[in-house]
Amino acid sequence: MQVSEKHKAYWRKNLQMTGLLLAIWFVVTFVFSFYARALNEFTFIGFPLGFYFAAQGSPVIYVVIIWYYARYMNKLDRRYNVQELEEE
Amino acid sequence: MALENKAFSRMLSRYYGIYSGSFIAFVVLLGIAEQMGVANETIGYMFLAATVGLYAGIGILSRTADITEYYVAGRRVPAIFNGMATGSDWMSAASFIGMAGTLYLSGFDGLAFIIGWTGGYVLVALLLAPYLRKFGQFTIPDFLAARYGGNLARSLGVVAVLLTSFVYVVAQIYGVGLITSRFLGLEFTLGVFVGLSGILMCSFLGGMRAVTWTQVAQYIILIIAYLVPVVMLSQRVTEVPVPQLMYGQVLQKLSEREQVIFNDPAQRQAQALFKDRSQELETRIGELPALAGGERERLAKELAAAKASAREPIPHTRPFRGEGEKEEAEARRNFLALVFCLMVGTAGLPHILIRYYTTPSVKEARESVFWSLFFISLLYATAPSLAVLAKFEVYTRLIGTSIADLPSWVAAWGKVGLVRIDDINGDGLLQLAELTLDPDVIVLATPEIAGLPYVVTGLVAAGGLAAALSTADGLLLAIANTLSHDVYYKMIDNSASTKRRMRISKGLLLVVAVVAAYVASLKPGNILFMVAWAFSIAASAFFPALVLGIFWKRANRYGAISGMIVGLGVCLFYLLGVRFYGMTPWFGIKDIASGVFGVPAGVLTILAVSLLTPAPGKDIQKLVEYCRYPRLGETRADE
Repeated sequence: MQVSEKHKAYWRKNLQMTGLLLAIWFVVTFVFSFYARALNEFTFIGFPLGFYFAAQGSPVIYVVIIWYYARYMNKLDRRYNVQELEEE
Repeated sequence: MALENKAFSRMLSRYYGIYSGSFIAFVVLLGIAEQMGVANETIGYMFLAATVGLYAGIGILSRTADITEYYVAGRRVPAIFNGMATGSDWMSAASFIGMAGTLYLSGFDGLAFIIGWTGGYVLVALLLAPYLRKFGQFTIPDFLAARYGGNLARSLGVVAVLLTSFVYVVAQIYGVGLITSRFLGLEFTLGVFVGLSGILMCSFLGGMRAVTWTQVAQYIILIIAYLVPVVMLSQRVTEVPVPQLMYGQVLQKLSEREQVIFNDPAQRQAQALFKDRSQELETRIGELPALAGGERERLAKELAAAKASAREPIPHTRPFRGEGEKEEAEARRNFLALVFCLMVGTAGLPHILIRYYTTPSVKEARESVFWSLFFISLLYATAPSLAVLAKFEVYTRLIGTSIADLPSWVAAWGKVGLVRIDDINGDGLLQLAELTLDPDVIVLATPEIAGLPYVVTGLVAAGGLAAALSTADGLLLAIANTLSHDVYYKMIDNSASTKRRMRISKGLLLVVAVVAAYVASLKPGNILFMVAWAFSIAASAFFPALVLGIFWKRANRYGAISGMIVGLGVCLFYLLGVRFYGMTPWFGIKDIASGVFGVPAGVLTILAVSLLTPAPGKDIQKLVEYCRYPRLGETRADE
C-alpha cells in the first residue's frame, strides 16, 4: 500500500501535536525545576509554587498531556480515515 | 470482536469489583478478629496466606499453552486494566516502601523521583507505545531486529534487557524477603523462597496472561494499602481526609516549626558534638592498621552517621542542597540530570514497554498509557503528602520531648534498627540531630503514627508484598521471554514447534527465577544501589534506537548498532569509572545519572553513522510506515 498525500498530512499533524506536547513537557519538567527556587517565592493553595510543581503539579500535567494526546490522535485517525478497522 | 471486547471488559469490571469488595471485607473481618484478641502474628500470616494464595489462584486459573496468550496475554487486555497492570508492574518495593521516606529525608531534592518516574510516561505515550503496538510482535529486541535487520541488533537488545532487568528482579525478591522477615519473623532466606513460589506459581503456568490478571489484583491491594493509612493520618493531623490537598497547610506549619527546631541552642549543641565525634572517628580510622578491614568498615559507617547528624538541616521545600553557591549549582545540575535519566529510562524499560503489546488496538494502547500514569500518579502524588504529614508529626510530637516519653512505635522500630536515637548532649530531650530514621520506616510506621490498629500495619505489609511481587513477575517474564523467544527461537532454532517453545520458555523462567532468588538470598548489599543504574542503562541502550527507528526513516542498521554500543558503552564507562575507579565526575554529575551522557552519545552516533552509510532498503521504509499509521490500506490485508 502506497503512502498517499493524505497519509503524509496525517503524519505531519501527528508530528506537530507531538512536538507541541513535548515542548510543554519540557518546560514543566526542566524549566520549572531549574527555577524552582525562584518559583518558591510564590504560594499556591498553601504550597511554595516550585515545590508544588515538583510534587503534584507536574504529574497532573503529564496525565493531562497523555489524555489529550490519546483523544486528539484517536479523533485524527478517524478524520484521516486511518483508524483501525473493527475486526470481524 | 468489538462487542466481544466490551463484554469482556464488563465481565472483568464485575470480577474485579467483587474481588475488591471481598478484599475490603477480609480486612474488616481481620480488624474485628484483632479486637477480639487474635494475635498480631496470626493476622500477619493470614494476610500473607490470603494474598499469596490469591495470586497463585489467579495464576492457575489463567494457565495457558497458547503462545500469544503466554507472551502477550492474547492481545486483548482492555486499556484500563492494562493501565492497572502497568501500574503495579512499575511500582516496585522501593516505590511503595522507600519513596515517601526518601522524600522525608531529602525534601525537595527527592522529588526528582516523582517527576522522573511520572514524566517518563509522556515519552512512552508520545514516542513509543502506539507504534510498538502497531508493530505488534512479542519483545523489544523483536522491534530492533525487524527495524535494523538482523541478529546483531537483536543480540544487543537481549544484552540490554538482561543488564536492566536482572539486578532489578533481584532487588524485588530481596524486598519480598525483607517484608516477610520484618512482619512475620520468617527467616530471610525462607521469606525469599516463599516469595519466589508466589511469583512462579503465577508466571510459570500462565505467562503474560496470568501475570497481567495478577498484576491488576495486586494493584488494587497496593493502592488500598497505600492510601488507607495516609488518609487516616491526614484526618488526624488536618481533620480532612484528603492528604493531597491538605498538606499545603501542614507544610506552612512545618516551615514555622522547622525554624524553631533548627535554631534551638540544644540542636546546635548536638550538631557540634556530632561534628567533634566525626573528627575523632576520622583520626581513629587514619590510625588503623591497613589490615583492619572489618573494623575500618564499622568505623566508616559510624563516621557517615555522625557526619549526617552534624549537617545543618535544611527546610523541606528548599531546592538544591549544598554549601555555597557552587555546590548548590551542582545539586541543581544533578537534579535535572537525574530527572532526565529516570524519564528516558522509563521509556526504555523492556518490562514496561512490552505491556503495550497486550492491548487490543493502537487506540487502546494510547488510552492505556493514560490509565497507566493515572493509576501510578495516585500513589506518586500521595507520597510527598505522606512525607510532609509524617515529618510534621515527628517534628511536633517527637522533637523536643523527653526521650523517656516517646511513643511506642519509636521503640518498636528501633528494635529492628530502623530508628536510632543517640542523646549525645545528655539532656534527656530529643533533638533533631539525635534522631536517625531509615527511609523505609516512614511508610511502615505510618499506621502506628496515625494510631491505627495492627490490621492496618498488616495491610501495608501486604501492599508492599504486592508491589514487590508484581514488579518481580513482570521483570522475570521480560527476561525469560527474551531468552526463549529472541535467543532460542529466533537465533538458535526457528523451526521449533509451539510446544517446544513453550517448554523452553517455562524452563528458562524457572532457571532465571531460581538464580535471582539465590542471588537475593546472599543479601548482596551492593546490588541494591545498582537498581538505580537500570534507568541510565535502559535509557542509553534502548531509547535512541527505538525512537529514531520510528521517527527517522534514514536510521539504518550500522547507525543503530554502533549507537547502541556507544550509548551503552559511555553509560557503563562513566558509572563504573565514577563508582569504583575514582574517576573525576564530569560537571560533578553523579554515577546514578550517567545516562545523561549515554543518551546523547547514542543519538549522535546513530545520526552520524547512519548518514555516512547507505540508507535502509524499501522493505524497512515500508515497515516504518506500517508502524506509523494505525491502518494504511483500505482493509487490513492491504497493508
